[in-house]
Amino acid sequence: MTGLFSLFRRLEGPQTVGRGPRFWSLFAFVLAVALAYPLFSDGYTVGNTVYFLVWVFIALSLCVIWGYGGSLSFGQTAFFGIAGYGYGVLTLNFGSGYGFTLLALVIAVAIAALFAVLLGYFMFFGRIAGVFLGIVTLAVTLMLERFMAQTAGPEWHIGTARLNGFNGMSAMPPLTIPWPGEPIVLFADVGLYYFVLGLLVFVYLALRILMNSSFGNVIVAIRENPERAEMLGYDIRRYQLITFVVGAALAGLSGVLYTAWGQYITPSSMGMTAAALPLIWVAVGGRSDLTSTVVGTLVVLAAFQALTIYGSQYALVFMGVLLVLTVLIAPNGLVLGAMNWIGRLAARFTQRAG
Amino acid sequence: MSLLELRDLNKHFGGLHVTNAVNLTLEPGEIHCLIGPNGAGKSTLFRLILGEHHPGSGEIVFAGENITALKSFARIHRGLSVKFQVPGVFKGLSVRQNLEIALQSRHRGAELDAEIDRQLGFLGLEAEQGQTAGNLSHGQKQWLEIGMAISLKPRLLLLDEPTAGMSPEETHMTGEMVQRLNAGGMTVLAIEHDMAFVRQVAQRVTVLHLGQVFAQGSIDEIVADERVAAIYLGQAHA
Repeated sequence: MTGLFSLFRRLEGPQTVGRGPRFWSLFAFVLAVALAYPLFSDGYTVGNTVYFLVWVFIALSLCVIWGYGGSLSFGQTAFFGIAGYGYGVLTLNFGSGYGFTLLALVIAVAIAALFAVLLGYFMFFGRIAGVFLGIVTLAVTLMLERFMAQTAGPEWHIGTARLNGFNGMSAMPPLTIPWPGEPIVLFADVGLYYFVLGLLVFVYLALRILMNSSFGNVIVAIRENPERAEMLGYDIRRYQLITFVVGAALAGLSGVLYTAWGQYITPSSMGMTAAALPLIWVAVGGRSDLTSTVVGTLVVLAAFQALTIYGSQYALVFMGVLLVLTVLIAPNGLVLGAMNWIGRLAARFTQRAG
Repeated sequence: MSLLELRDLNKHFGGLHVTNAVNLTLEPGEIHCLIGPNGAGKSTLFRLILGEHHPGSGEIVFAGENITALKSFARIHRGLSVKFQVPGVFKGLSVRQNLEIALQSRHRGAELDAEIDRQLGFLGLEAEQGQTAGNLSHGQKQWLEIGMAISLKPRLLLLDEPTAGMSPEETHMTGEMVQRLNAGGMTVLAIEHDMAFVRQVAQRVTVLHLGQVFAQGSIDEIVADERVAAIYLGQAHA
C-alpha cells in the first residue's frame, strides 16, 4: 500500500513540468475531451486522429533518450521499422485468431528492444557518445531502409509474408481483441482510437513515474555531467543502455500501431525524412519534458497535415524553418518555454494575491 | 595496514612520462597534501587512482585490495570519492537534487529527505537548495561538489584544488570543513596550490615534480627544503 502511494507520489517531481491540483484538473479535462471526442465526430475522422496519436510514442522515445538522457539518437525509426515489419511478418503468418495480434504486438516490440540491447551494448560499452551516437544510429536506420528497399523480388519472404521492397508490406490484420461471441477488430476507427489513447495515457503516466524516480535522477545526472555521475558510483553505461532500450521499445510500439492502423508498412518509414521528423517534433515541443513533447508533437503534426492537405508542397521546408526558429528563439522547445512562462506568471499572480 | 598504496606506478602519454615510478602510501586517518608545479602530474595521478586512466605498469592497492583493473564506479563502491578540479556539479539541476542524486543510493524516502537537509546544513547551502546549481557562486559550487563527494561516506576523499578561486575566508572555511571530516575518520588526499590551506590542514606533504615523487615530509620540512623552493622557481635543472 505504501509502495503504491510512493509510486503515485512520483507522478510529480523535478523532472516533469506540471504539478498540483491545477495541473491535474487540466489533465483530467483534456482527457475527458479526448474521451468524448468520438461522440462528436465520425468514425473516419476519428480513425485519422489515431494516426497522430501513433506518432507520439516515437516522440516520447526520443524525449527519453535525447531530452532526458542527453544521447541524440537519429535512428529511432530503425526500431519503428523493425517492430512494424515484425508485426506484419508475425500476423501474416499466424493470422489474428485467439488474440494473436496482441501477442504479435508484444513480440514485435520485444524484437525491437532486443535489437536495441545489441546495438546499445556496442555503443555505450564502447563509449560512443555525443555526435557519434547520432551518426551510428542514423547509419543503422538508413542501412535498414536500403536493405528493405531491395527486397521486392519473390525470393524475399519470411514464411508466407512477402517483404515486397518499396511496394511495402500490406494486408496484415488489424489488432484484434478476443471476445466471447465475436472478437473485436480494431480497424482505424473508434475502437482503435480508445485502445491507442489508453496506451498513451498509460505510457505517459508510467514515464512520469520513471523519470521522477531515482532511476530518472541518474539519467538526467548523466546528461548533465557523465563523469560526475560515474564518480558517484553509477555504472553509467548500464543506465544509458536501459534508457536506450526503453526508448527503442516505445519507438517499436509506434511502429506496430502504425502498421496495424494502416495495415501497411514501407522501407521509407526508416528513411532520412522519417528519421528527421521526430527530432523536429521533439525539439519544437521541448525535449526535456514529457508533457511538452506530447503537446508539441500533436500540434506540429496537425500543422504539418493541414499544410500538406491545403496544397502546399512546402510542408517539409516549413518543418525545417520551424526547427531553425526553435533553436534560435527557444532552444529548450517552444511548448516548454511557453509552459514555464505561464508557470512563472501564475506564481507571480498567486504571490500578489497572497 | 595502509589505506592506499601506489606501487611503482607509471603512465606515458606518447613520449611524455607523466607518472614516473611513483610510490606513495596513505595511512588511514591522515590528511595528505599533494603539491608541485604545474604539469607535475598531480591530476594524472588522481585519474590513475580513480580509474579514469590506466597505468602502463604498477599497482594501486586500496584497503588491501588490488584495484588496478577495476572500473571507476566500482572503485567508488570500495570507498573512494572525488571532488574535481573544475566544479563538476549537475549545473541544470537544483542544489537539492544534486545532493539527492549523491545520497539516493544509501538512503530512501523520509530518511533521504532528512539526510539531504543535514548535508545542506553542513555545507551552509540551506537557502540555496532550490536554486539551479549552475547559478551558484564559484565557491558554493566547490562546496556543493564536496558535499556530493562526502555523501558517499568515503574512506578516502580525493580533493583536486578544493579552494581554487576562493577568497581567503572561504579557503579557511573549506580548511575547517576538511578538518571536521577528518575528525570523523575520513582520510583525505588533496591537490592544492594554496600554501595557507596546506599549512592549515596537511599532516604530511608530498611534492611531485616531472611525474616523480620529489620530496615528502611535514609542511615545515617541505618549506625548509631548498630543492623544493628551487623547482617552484623553475631552477631544478640549473
